[in-house]
Amino acid sequence: MEFFTTIVQILDSTVRLSVPLLLACLAGLYSERSGIFDIGLEGKMLAGAFAAGAAAAVMGSAWAGLAMAVLISVGLALVHGFASITHRGNQIVSGVAINFIAAGSTIILGQAWFSQGGRTPSLSAEGRFGAVNLPFADAVADVPIVGPIYSELLSGHSLLVYFAFAMVPFTWWVLFRTRFGLRLRAVGENPAAVDTAGISVTWLRYRAVICTGILCGFAGAYLALAMNAGFVKDMTAGRGFIALAALIFAKWRPVPAMMACLLFGFLDAAAIRLGGSPLPLVGRVPVQFFQALPYVLTVVLLAGFIGKAIPPRAGGQPYVKER
Amino acid sequence: MSAPYAKLPGWADYGLIPVINLLVAFLVAGLVVMLVGENPLRAAGILVEGAFGRGQSIAYTLYYATSFIFTGLAVAVAFHCGLFNIGGEGQAYIGGIGVAIVCLSLDGVFPWWINFPLAILGAGAVGAFWAFIPGILQAKRGSHIVITTIMFNFIAASVMVYLLVDVIKPAGSMAPQTRTFLEGGQLPKLNWLIEMFGLPIRSSPFNITFLLALVCAWLVWLLIWRTKLGYEIRTQGHSPKAARYAGIGEARIIVITMIISGALAGMMALNPIMGDQHRVQLDFVTGAGFVGIAVALMGRSHPVGIIPAAILFGALYQGGAELSFEIPTISRDMIVIIQGLVILFAGALEHMFRPQIQTLFATLRPRSAGVEATSGEGA
Amino acid sequence: MAEAAIELVGINKSFGAVRANRNIDLNIPKGTIHGIIGENGAGKSTLMSILYGFYQADSGSISVDGKPTTIHTPNDAIAAGIGMVHQHFMLVENFTVLENIILGAEGEALLGSSIAKARSELERLERDYGLEVDPDAIIEELPVGLQQRVEILKALYRGADILILDEPTGVLTPAEADHLFRILAQLKEEGKTVVLITHKLREIMAITDNVSVMRQGEMVATRKTAETTVEELAELMVGRRVLLRVEKGEAKPGDFKLSVKGLTVKDSRGVTMVKDVSFDVRAGEIVGIAGVAGNGQSELLETIAGIRTAEAGKVTLLGEEIDVSGATDPGDLRDRGLAHVPEDRHHVGLVLQFEENENSVLGYHDEPQYLKGPFLDREKIVAEAGENMKKYDIRPANPMLKTANFSGGNQQKIVLAREMEQDPEVLIVGQPTRGVDVGAIEFIHKRLIDMRDQGKAVLLISVELDEVRSLSDRILVMFDGRIVGERGPDATEGELGLLMAGVESKEAAE
Repeated sequence: MEFFTTIVQILDSTVRLSVPLLLACLAGLYSERSGIFDIGLEGKMLAGAFAAGAAAAVMGSAWAGLAMAVLISVGLALVHGFASITHRGNQIVSGVAINFIAAGSTIILGQAWFSQGGRTPSLSAEGRFGAVNLPFADAVADVPIVGPIYSELLSGHSLLVYFAFAMVPFTWWVLFRTRFGLRLRAVGENPAAVDTAGISVTWLRYRAVICTGILCGFAGAYLALAMNAGFVKDMTAGRGFIALAALIFAKWRPVPAMMACLLFGFLDAAAIRLGGSPLPLVGRVPVQFFQALPYVLTVVLLAGFIGKAIPPRAGGQPYVKER
Repeated sequence: MSAPYAKLPGWADYGLIPVINLLVAFLVAGLVVMLVGENPLRAAGILVEGAFGRGQSIAYTLYYATSFIFTGLAVAVAFHCGLFNIGGEGQAYIGGIGVAIVCLSLDGVFPWWINFPLAILGAGAVGAFWAFIPGILQAKRGSHIVITTIMFNFIAASVMVYLLVDVIKPAGSMAPQTRTFLEGGQLPKLNWLIEMFGLPIRSSPFNITFLLALVCAWLVWLLIWRTKLGYEIRTQGHSPKAARYAGIGEARIIVITMIISGALAGMMALNPIMGDQHRVQLDFVTGAGFVGIAVALMGRSHPVGIIPAAILFGALYQGGAELSFEIPTISRDMIVIIQGLVILFAGALEHMFRPQIQTLFATLRPRSAGVEATSGEGA
Repeated sequence: MAEAAIELVGINKSFGAVRANRNIDLNIPKGTIHGIIGENGAGKSTLMSILYGFYQADSGSISVDGKPTTIHTPNDAIAAGIGMVHQHFMLVENFTVLENIILGAEGEALLGSSIAKARSELERLERDYGLEVDPDAIIEELPVGLQQRVEILKALYRGADILILDEPTGVLTPAEADHLFRILAQLKEEGKTVVLITHKLREIMAITDNVSVMRQGEMVATRKTAETTVEELAELMVGRRVLLRVEKGEAKPGDFKLSVKGLTVKDSRGVTMVKDVSFDVRAGEIVGIAGVAGNGQSELLETIAGIRTAEAGKVTLLGEEIDVSGATDPGDLRDRGLAHVPEDRHHVGLVLQFEENENSVLGYHDEPQYLKGPFLDREKIVAEAGENMKKYDIRPANPMLKTANFSGGNQQKIVLAREMEQDPEVLIVGQPTRGVDVGAIEFIHKRLIDMRDQGKAVLLISVELDEVRSLSDRILVMFDGRIVGERGPDATEGELGLLMAGVESKEAAE
């Protein structure tokens, strides 16, 4: 039974840890499906987290924090769009630039405004997204097996967790059941077809990067307002890149994206749980091993040992009308 | 199909446009300074004074520039092959192992001038190895090199922490770092070079690795523009199909380019480790690998552009340190912002001002500008 | 004269210094099939792109159905009842037919009902015009002819009354082309107006009511098709008598230089593009391969050149077998005396960003004569490039100039100079005069004949039937990946056309 409890606990933290990955991964999905590669997820998430922490601290409202996170993240997404859509710049270069701008300015502004070494002030309960208890969570907690799964694993997360998982079917629905999704998928495959059908490639791609910005803002807000009680410098800690890797594994599809994010979340949770303590058979494993494992796995998987990930065909290339 | 952009005179293409892009980047940085409530002009003054005001500060500027020349060259070589090596940071970090192995085992045996070439080989080899893996995965398995090199940065960080904390830390020591090298692991300073101009220096980390960096810049120029290998690298970079047609093995050229790129990045480790700190510390790279991206973009992947770009960033690092001392609200993270802005304006938005400049040239000299690059096709 | 479906007055359009359209006036009567002919680069496609709102004219006016209309975007064109079938299909390859058809004309924000509506509308269009196609098929799995049909359906679904087709038969077999023409005739019957852009005179004569001729950006004449002749149109098109025959003597075929036996090649999608192809090329002869684009010629050429690997078969060069499974790279083949002028000079034969002299050794850059240790012998390369530029009349004769700055014809001559001056035994050439101006075409043809007369073996692949007929000593016709027949240089166009359509495919078995 103790083993079962441990499993539930690890899975519970898997859910918590995979949420920022999932939000960022779905964010990237919109942009990349439209043919705009985005390695700036990390930066947008970080800027979003800072904006969320700062605004929630100043205004004392988690919702204000969320709004500001989305606003700032969308702003950076528009910079990426401006460079890679309007000016047909290199999308990788633009993404790298945004990561640096976010990394530097969150610290500079944080220090200038709050003078707490790059942190934002610790948030009170109103400034955070607290746990939401599902109905009857307490009542069924003692039921064996099902009880802990319901009350610990499924219940008691912040609103943003439920939002993130709801975004998976929603994104699927948008992509495959709406006009916007049809056009979005088309523009990532063959922008000329979209252009000659009388649809503006530019506007369509801008809308896609705005979606990316919104979801990155949510990811950042989750980090600062739900997972932690405020912004800490570099708090994204490479999650934007892991999300990117998850997107590749998922072959740019929403449901597999969720699976990939849960896998990485699980690795993270297992590392924290096991960190430093000896494992059966292998003995003590250095904690760095667990830290590096998601990246190592990413490389191994990228090396094509689980089939081929074919990106959207027009991905990475700016659209130029042919003569 | 015609070239998307009409022709400009060479000096405008390689001089004017980069300078304008850079100015815009600094203008925006100035706005950030205003946002934190400081005077950007004053900040700029302190920065310039801090970077070039005294012999001491010039020495520091050049010390930082040394690292950036290496990482800038590393990114540039890969660019020529059409590869985006974002892994310079990790390759430089892991390159520290190569320096450590040579210095820890031989610093009591040989003088520096024997250990230095060995350490160059060590740092280069380990850095090259760290770039070789993403290179071969790209060449043989088609793994996107941008993603794999990013991952390798994180893996390098974990490996180095593990090694410094658990493996090569001397027994009984608390700090995660190697022991201090003996004299055989310490490089001579280059302070006399600046003192020659009558600028006295008390102490500085400026060392002979700088000369190695200049030699490497020259070698990279030679490699890219004068050798057969460089010709093949450029062919692959401009047109993989033409490379295939010309019998240039794609896999081979990608792997070789990444090895060279990784070796250059790895050599960056020599500068702080053998030249200054005389031991391997955690995070000794401090972002130099990423600065290399900005340096290569600004220098248009040409050594002649990379050296001044590296010195500019060296000045920002040194001047930035002074700046954060004078104005505490502007910490050295300001440099990271500037770096991002330079990458944005000199890289992703490099053509933003081109139409306006073309119009300007067209009105000044109506017959020479705005002419189509190609003709006879399409229409 | 009937009411005009489209009337253009004084259309001008420039790209930089190139004036693609100059003062174009055009009147297309309603309910007719109107041909627009002209050579590559005459400005036809630009004009139609203006009409479709893909570009905007610098000046001039457009009227549709007698009403002055401003067309700034494809949307305006669609609203005015204009539909276009592009030369390169504007389809999303991994979408279904239905998804492609509704793209941009979905109606409402949710797809559910619009898909159902499109499905029934599609059934009606299929019935009315005989345009059958499976609405749930994935585009990339359809043959080219059907993909084009989807393009036509796309236009009709949007309610087009005026249909523009840009070089629609370039990728079709003659049988598919005939089917297309029947569809166009049917559309005309229903009162639609069809504009057909082509450079093929046969099509113009076969199907159009009126024809307009463009030359160097200008509209030089409009005729009733019934009142004109092929000869007159050809003369209007090129501006002088067409030189169909190239001066050449008898071929004196010698030893076998290149032999291909049972070659089978798949493309990257796994589709078999070359099927059991065998032929020989002897010293002192030009063997031409004719065929509609996309019938395996490109893959055949690339396999012989070592760029592509084969599934089966063997290639023998100068008596020695080549490893066609991939071990032999193009560099080895060059060393053994094979020179290759590729079909696509922009991406394959040249590096446009290089200086001319750098391109003058592309592929030969590892020959000892151009090297000094690990370094390229620049002095020698530049000097030799300069000489070749004079010899091949490449202008401007400056080997330091960036290759992108040369015209198409001069770029092609840079490739030819490089490949011919290495004194190869076997020369394989793909589309030697594609996008090349008339003067350069003559020069290139003469050089190819010279190569033959020097006793070289020349394999020529071209989609220009005239070119194959006038240069070749023997003509092989490729259809659907096979060689379906061999003819002498005196074969008639009609005879070859039938072969290209796969009509006499039984002969291939012989």
